[in-house]
Amino acid sequence: MDQARRARVSVEVSGVAKTFGVGAAAVTALRDIDLKVGHGEFVCLLGASGCGKSTLLNLLAGLDSPTSGTVDVAAARPSFMFQDAALMPWLTAARNVELALQLAGQGRAERRERAAELLSLVRLDGVGDKRPHELSGGMRQRVSLARALAAATASTEHGEPGLLLMDEPFAALDAITRDVLQGELLRVWEATGTTVVFVTHDVREAVRLAQRVVLLSSRPGTVVREWTVAEHGPELHDEITGRLRQVISAHAA
Amino acid sequence: MPTRPEVVEQDSSAELAGLDALDTPTLEARPPWWKRFSTSVLPPIVALVLIVVVWQIVWASAVLPEYRLPAPVAVWDEFVDIVSSGRIWSILWTSVSRAILGFALGLVIATPLGLLVAKVKVVRSAIGPLLSGLQSLPSVAWVPAAVLWFGLSNGTIYFVVLLGSVPSIANGLVAGIDQIPPILPRAGTVLGARGLAAARHVLLPAALPGYLAGCKQGWAFSWRSLMAAEIIAAGPALGVGLGAYLKDGSDYNDIAAVFSAIILILVVGIAIELLVFRPVERRVLRSRGLALT
Repeated sequence: MDQARRARVSVEVSGVAKTFGVGAAAVTALRDIDLKVGHGEFVCLLGASGCGKSTLLNLLAGLDSPTSGTVDVAAARPSFMFQDAALMPWLTAARNVELALQLAGQGRAERRERAAELLSLVRLDGVGDKRPHELSGGMRQRVSLARALAAATASTEHGEPGLLLMDEPFAALDAITRDVLQGELLRVWEATGTTVVFVTHDVREAVRLAQRVVLLSSRPGTVVREWTVAEHGPELHDEITGRLRQVISAHAA
Repeated sequence: MPTRPEVVEQDSSAELAGLDALDTPTLEARPPWWKRFSTSVLPPIVALVLIVVVWQIVWASAVLPEYRLPAPVAVWDEFVDIVSSGRIWSILWTSVSRAILGFALGLVIATPLGLLVAKVKVVRSAIGPLLSGLQSLPSVAWVPAAVLWFGLSNGTIYFVVLLGSVPSIANGLVAGIDQIPPILPRAGTVLGARGLAAARHVLLPAALPGYLAGCKQGWAFSWRSLMAAEIIAAGPALGVGLGAYLKDGSDYNDIAAVFSAIILILVVGIAIELLVFRPVERRVLRSRGLALT
C-alpha cells in the first residue's frame, strides 16, 4: 500500500537551481535539488539558516520560478502556512477560512459549511465569530491551518490530495503549545490525507512529524542526505543532529 | 495510511482545550455607561461652561468695548433670532451641502490617485512629494487664482475645497497601504488573490484605518477651505453660507453675528467629526483590536 501510494507523486523537483542577481553579485540559493514527494506523504526539509528552505517552498508554491531545472506540482493550488498566522485582522476566524474558499470561487452556503467543518477539525468549534486579536497564538495558528487546508482542498480534482507547504509554522509558539500543535498537525494530516512539505530547523520536530527527513546544506542549499524515519530507531535524532553539525561546521572557514 | 514509527498520538483535545482557556487573551470589558459619561461626556461640558463663565466675567468687567466683545446673552439672542426667522437652515444647508458634495468629489478623485501613488513606483516618485507638499499649502492661497479662473461661482468654491481635501485623503490612503504588514499581501497571494481580487479582499481592507484617518483630515481640510472660500469669494451667485454670514456680520460691525457664525462653524465641524467619523473609526479599529478606549 505504501508503495502504491508513493508511486503517485505530488511534488517532483529535478535538477533545480536558483540564483538571485547576476554577475559577481549573484547568490546561488539552491543547487542540484532533486526531490520527490508522494501523495499524502509528510516530508520535513531540515537545515540551518541560508539553506534556501524558504526559496524552495516558494518554488513549490509557484511564487517564484527556478533558474534551471523543473518543478512539477500535482496540486492545482498548493497552500502555504507561515511562521506568522497571517490572518486578516478585520475578518472573524470563520471568515478568514472562508476567504480561501471565496477566492477559489465557492458559493456562500457551501463555504460557510466547509469553514465550520474545518474549524471543527482543528478543534475550534464555537470560535468562528471571534476576531484574530481575541485568540491566543496557538489558536490563531490553528485557524491558519484550517485556512490552509481550505485552500488546499478547495480546488482538489478527482481525489488528488491537497499540498500543504509549511514554513516553520510553530517556530514562534511557546514550547508547550508547539508540542501540542505538532500532535494536532499529525492528527489532521492523518484525517485529511494531505501531502505536507514542512520546513524546520528543529531536528526533534522533524523526526517527530515526518515520514521522511531531508537534510539540506547551506549556501548553496542542496540535498545532503535523507532518512526514512520508520527505518530507524530512537538513535535517528542524534544521527541527524551530528550530520547537521558537520554541515554547519563546514562554513566555519 | 503509511505506518508511523511513533506511538499513535493520544487524543489531545482536553489538553488543547486547557491551553486555549489559559492562553486566550482577556479583553477589557467596556466600562459602564455612567463611567463613560463621567470620563468622556462630562469634562467637555464642564470646560464649555467654564469658558462661558470666564467670557461673561470679562464682558462684565468692561475691559473691552461692547462692539469688540459681545455679551454671551447677545450672541445667544442673535442665534435665537436666526433660528426663529428660519435663516439658519438655509445658511447651514448652503455650507454643509457644499462641504459634503466637495468632500464626496474629493473621495472619488483621491482614492484612485492614492492607489496609483501607493502601487506604481513612477507615479509615486513623480507626484508623491507634490501631494505631501500640497498638504502644507493652505488651500485659501488658491482662492484668488480660482476667482480669476472661475469668477464668483460655485466652481471657485469646489476648486478650493478639492485642493484642500484631495491631498489629505490620497496621502492617508498611501500611508495606510504603506503600513500594511507585508505578510498579509503574501498570505493573500498564496490563497490565490491576484489583481483586483487582491485589492478588494486584502489591500483595501488592510489599508482602511489609514484611509479613514486621511478621510477625517480631508474632511477637516475641506471644511476649512470652504469657509475660507466663502469668506473671501462672496457674491450674489453664491448664496449665503456660514462664511458669507460671518463676512456680513463683520461688514455691518455686528460682533454678535460674527461670534454666532464662528461658533456655528465650530459646532458643524465637531458634529460631523463626532457623528460620522468617530463612530466609523471606532468600529473599524475595535474590530481589529486596535481601539483605544
